[in-house]
Amino acid sequence: MNWNQLVTRLFGSYHGMRAAGDFLQGDVMFEGRPLTVVGTTHHAPIGVALALAQARVILDTIAQHPGRPILLLIDTQGQQLRRRDETLGINRAMAHLGMSIDLARRRGHPVIGLVYDQALSGGFITSGLIADGCYALPEAEIRVMRIPAMARVTKLSEEVLTALSQSNPVFAPGVGNYVAMGGVRELWEGDLAAALRDALANTPVEDTRARDGAQRGGRKLAASVVQRVLAAA
Amino acid sequence: MISFAECSARERLALLLDAGSFHEWIPPAERLTSPHLAQLGVPSAFDDGVAIGRAKLDGHEVFVAAQEGAFMGGGVGEVHGAKLVGLLQRALRDKPEAVVLLAESGGVRLHEANAGLIAVSEVMRAVLDVRAAGIPVVVLIGGANGCFGGMGIVARCADFIVMSDVGRLAMSGPEVIEASHGVEEYDSRDRALVWRTSGGKHRWLTGDCDALVDDDVQAFRAAAIAAIRQSRPVTLETLEAEHALLETRLHLLPLETDGADAATWLWRELGIKKAERVPELDVDAVRALRTA
Repeated sequence: MNWNQLVTRLFGSYHGMRAAGDFLQGDVMFEGRPLTVVGTTHHAPIGVALALAQARVILDTIAQHPGRPILLLIDTQGQQLRRRDETLGINRAMAHLGMSIDLARRRGHPVIGLVYDQALSGGFITSGLIADGCYALPEAEIRVMRIPAMARVTKLSEEVLTALSQSNPVFAPGVGNYVAMGGVRELWEGDLAAALRDALANTPVEDTRARDGAQRGGRKLAASVVQRVLAAA
Repeated sequence: MISFAECSARERLALLLDAGSFHEWIPPAERLTSPHLAQLGVPSAFDDGVAIGRAKLDGHEVFVAAQEGAFMGGGVGEVHGAKLVGLLQRALRDKPEAVVLLAESGGVRLHEANAGLIAVSEVMRAVLDVRAAGIPVVVLIGGANGCFGGMGIVARCADFIVMSDVGRLAMSGPEVIEASHGVEEYDSRDRALVWRTSGGKHRWLTGDCDALVDDDVQAFRAAAIAAIRQSRPVTLETLEAEHALLETRLHLLPLETDGADAATWLWRELGIKKAERVPELDVDAVRALRTA
């Protein structure tokens, strides 16, 4: 679903969202309540400039609209793979974006992530994965790498990996796998506005992903390992 | 002088911390390994590539973690990541004087990519929780594998970063960028270029790390001791200052540098004299060059 269709379904035709290149931003009204929306489109690679543009919106929201909810719209091919961005310290810019979102959360802004198209590794860690909770559309795709690339790295055949991915969600791309592992809270289907309303009302502020992953059976160890460390003599 | 880069994770812990003070949680004897690597038929490690525990540093109670670069490049898998999260949550509960993370990692372990990605984000949130509680998180970077990917982001979420000149801190590795955009974009075999772009001297001159030391375990120890008393709260004001710094920097480096080295260009713009000589200078000399 393209971003315009998405926000029209969420906020109506007069949503007021605008795109500048790959960058999305808007102050919208959702059911009578103002909401900050920020994100990317066109499978944007997230470089230093795009990380800073998003952080700017978050910091302005904290300064000017205490407590206002924030919706992150995610469509990214991952971090910008350019030497210039590395020279400029892209990891620092990404951390800055993540820390800005984290500060918003700590100051009481509900922060919801929505993967509406594609989410990959570096572009996802400091957006949806640092929100209070991340959601996704069923047709979205989330991955670190595709199975052919994974086969090259692991030196295992694509057939073996494809077969294993049926039984173990840690290996394969797919939004369902991220739900099973707790990384995505749930999929938004049908009435998207109702899903957003529900997310704003019911997303916990603490990190429940390891526990969710254990309950859903997709990430069986993380929560218990954390408990073992807490209990270790 | 003992090279930090050449030590294993456990050797670093033994030499960096007060002698005999490291008490490990979930030690290798408990054989907590990655089931995902086993499923792939890949050899596993009894600590999944990271040692965690409590220790004394110059008499101060600290919680520590050390990633082992020799195992899967220090890549973060489900168990490895959960050990780090557990350590950080325990720090939140038990309130040590500081948390010290000896980071050496290529980022997410691709063999269990999805779980690793979520785990790194859990580590990031846990680091920020500990920092928000006023417990300094200090990251030491000096291993041969550097600190890349999600761990490069995690490092920048900490209160304080200590690097050696041989250490590297970045997002994507040169090989990944070369594979994606060609050797003209980033020649991963040009070691001088790789270190100018991601090495300790560059990160020091730009302020991306807070201390620059020689590749010497005792130098890391001294820098870590100095760092563990420096909690740096994250506020709207500090993030605004960070934003202004990064915006300014972005405009110092043009999109095209007409064949001139980008890092050298940036150093010159930052007011560093004789920028072209930086790679040949020793650590002491580079330390004196920082302008801000």
